[in-house]
Amino acid sequence: MRPTHRPLSPFWIYRLGWTMSLSGTHRITGMLLSIGSPLFVLWLLAIAGGERSYASYASVLTSPFGWVVYAGFIFCIAYHLCNGMRHMGWDFGKGIDVTTAKRTGALVVVSALLLTGLVLVATYGRAA
Amino acid sequence: MSATEDDLRHPIKTARGLGSAKSGLHHWWIQRVTAVALIPLSVWFVWQATSLFHADYETVHAFLAQIWNAALMATFVVVLLYHSYLGLQVVVEDYVGSEFKKLATLITLQFVHVLLAVVAVLAVLKIALGGSA
Repeated sequence: MRPTHRPLSPFWIYRLGWTMSLSGTHRITGMLLSIGSPLFVLWLLAIAGGERSYASYASVLTSPFGWVVYAGFIFCIAYHLCNGMRHMGWDFGKGIDVTTAKRTGALVVVSALLLTGLVLVATYGRAA
Repeated sequence: MSATEDDLRHPIKTARGLGSAKSGLHHWWIQRVTAVALIPLSVWFVWQATSLFHADYETVHAFLAQIWNAALMATFVVVLLYHSYLGLQVVVEDYVGSEFKKLATLITLQFVHVLLAVVAVLAVLKIALGGSA
């Protein structure tokens, strides 16, 4: 392949718009979930490892730091899930026009925040 | 074209790798299929997580020792890691410039994802098959 000097991404070319930031957020939340996935695997390992290893994992998870990470995880899942379904709509050719895309984008942000709040309240409320 | 009778290189080599060889849709398609599977799986997981978050060891262990929970958890983690690799692959292909770095990153990501998946499934199996620990 010959080296190309044409721009390879829209960075530094277009002004950051509403739908564009939502698209970027989809990618960023996806990447954060990928980066965080070892923590999830570690949870399974901690359970498989027995009572003591689970206790040490749980103590970090239920600490204030653990709560912040947990909340971040939940938001990333909620956003990536909602916006992913928006993408599926586009795959079927639905809602591609600018007005609808802006509106469904707002719906995704509101839904993701609501879902995050709901899950955090449920998690807190179900504490024994 | 320089392909002559005494040239050992077949002209097909110029065409290969330059376009879809009937697998061009595969990445896009499997990303969607894993995404569809992840909708119910992640909703299930997050809902369980709200109560497992504060649960003690016996409760969490008993939860994962149930066959359907173990099956869903193993499926969730495998599909999730597959989807994760596909997504990261696109990011790497978009932003990593040099071919060597791109290939090295992708192979590393493949190794890491497969390792994570194997470890996670083994952990679930150990909990599910290990009896009450």
